[in-house]
Amino acid sequence: MMVDTASSDKVGVKLGMWLFLYTEIMLFGGLFVLYAAYYTRYTADFIQGGKSLDLFMGAFNTIILLASSFTVAGSITAVRRQKKKMALGMVFTSIVFGLLFLVNKYFEWGHKFEIGIYPGSQTLKQAGHGKSIFYGLYYVITGLHGLHIVIGMTLLSISFYFIASNRVHAERYVVLENSGLYWHLVDLIWIFIFPLFYLIL
Amino acid sequence: MEDNGVEHILSYPKLVAVLCVLFGLTAVTIVVSRIELGILNIWIAILIASIKGSFVLLFFMHLKYESRLLKMTFVGTVVCLAILIGFIFWDISFR
Repeated sequence: MMVDTASSDKVGVKLGMWLFLYTEIMLFGGLFVLYAAYYTRYTADFIQGGKSLDLFMGAFNTIILLASSFTVAGSITAVRRQKKKMALGMVFTSIVFGLLFLVNKYFEWGHKFEIGIYPGSQTLKQAGHGKSIFYGLYYVITGLHGLHIVIGMTLLSISFYFIASNRVHAERYVVLENSGLYWHLVDLIWIFIFPLFYLIL
Repeated sequence: MEDNGVEHILSYPKLVAVLCVLFGLTAVTIVVSRIELGILNIWIAILIASIKGSFVLLFFMHLKYESRLLKMTFVGTVVCLAILIGFIFWDISFR
């Protein structure tokens, strides 16, 4: 007879995760406020900076993350309906989308590095305050977001292992749910990063 | 009212529908951003982003079917953020 000795306070565990997500919202919210304040001050530089970013890459990354949120939500449905293979497939797909996002980010950043745009570069020093701040914010915000993607992928990988080893199943899936919540937050943040950096006219 | 065991499960068709709405709104926001509307552009972009975010929150993150506590604390966070943004702009506007 297997006794589930883990805490059965599902409500508490879920609330705890949401409270943590609220702190993440305030973290990125603060960075967005920084962006907004400096946009007001250096509007022309910010608009030019925005134009230098690849809209296609940004849009493609947006689509990838939205799709990955879908697969993560789908994995929970699958687990609750006891469709183990489907759940594993969904989680795996989400992780692959995350990886694809990071690969795109690598190319985007790499391109900017090549043309001398990186924190502390001569090019930025000469380009003036506005440009420096725009790209500084770009690297900090997308960098921090990228770190969250890595953390999210780690959580999803753990969930994948738990589903495979039957630690996560239809009666006990809060680990998957919380990992999913974290991942959705990462998507949510990007939903706001995209227009702020890629869609300014 | 909240019983974790019999909680609402989102069907695949419903999830796909939400994804399609999100894709659609992404297309709209990109198209609108290419039209010169002055100061309105930013606000429309933020509005569409907020709608997209709401869909992710309500359906993918299941907030629509969660307890009152979760819903209220989320709204509380948004209010916190609004105060942060509001007061900062109130400050820098008059420097």
